[in-house]
Amino acid sequence: MTVEALADKLSLTTLCMPEGDREIEGGYCGDLLSWVMSRAKSGDAWVTIMTNINVVAVASLTDCACVILAESAEVEPAVVEKAKSQGVNLFVSEKDSFILCAQIGALLS
Amino acid sequence: MSDAVTLHFDVDGENFTSAGEASVQVKKTLRQMGFPPDVIRRVSIAMYEGEINMVIHAGGGKADVTVDSDKIHIVLADKGPGIADIELAMQEGYSTAKDNIRSLGFGAGMGLPNMKRYSDHMQVESAVGKGTTITMDIYLS
Repeated sequence: MTVEALADKLSLTTLCMPEGDREIEGGYCGDLLSWVMSRAKSGDAWVTIMTNINVVAVASLTDCACVILAESAEVEPAVVEKAKSQGVNLFVSEKDSFILCAQIGALLS
Repeated sequence: MSDAVTLHFDVDGENFTSAGEASVQVKKTLRQMGFPPDVIRRVSIAMYEGEINMVIHAGGGKADVTVDSDKIHIVLADKGPGIADIELAMQEGYSTAKDNIRSLGFGAGMGLPNMKRYSDHMQVESAVGKGTTITMDIYLS
C-alpha cells in the first residue's frame, strides 16, 4: 500500500507529502526518539505524538515511509518545511496512537 | 583503488533544532556512493546519537567521517564536561540529561548503547573538564 493510499484510507490530514508513492512495508509506534531511531525500519509508517523538529531527522535517518502525528498534536510550520525539504511524508490525525496502529495493522495484513 | 573520502562537520551546540544535520548529510553522501542500506542505516544511527550527545551535553563539537575501502571511520570530538564513569554511561537507561531534553524525546539513556550496538568497534576517551572523543568503525564486508 502506498503512503497516499494509507492517508486516504485513514482520513489523515496531510501536512506534506513529497513522496506519496512510497510503499508502506510495516509500522512502528513510539515517542522516545533514540528508541525509535534504533528500532524503526525502512518503509515503516511511524506513529508518534512527538512534534519537535528532531522527529524529521529520525524519520529521515531511519528511512520511514511516513510519520503520522496522533491526537492532533500541534506542529510548528518550520517542522513541516523541514520535512518537505528532506522528503519526509508528514500527516496528522485526531485518532490516538492505539487506534491508528490498529487500523494500519488491519490494512497491512 | 580510489582515495578515501573525508567529511568534516562543525556541530553547533547552541542550535538543538539543527541537530542531526551532519548525520543526514553523511547519509545522503553514502547513498550517492552506492553503499548498501544496512551500512547506511548503521552509520546514520551511530552518528546521529553521537551528534545529539554533543549538542545535549557538550555544547557542540566536531565530527569527522572517513570513507575508506574497508571501513567507515567516525570521530566525534568535543570539549564538553567529559564523562566521569564511562562504564556507567554505557549502560542502557542511564542518562544525565535534564527534563527539558527528556521532554523532546531524548535522554532515555540509549545514545551510547546505540552507538556501540550499531558500530563494529567503538572507543570512548574522556577526561572530566576537558572533553570526550568517540571513535567508531563500521566495517565494509
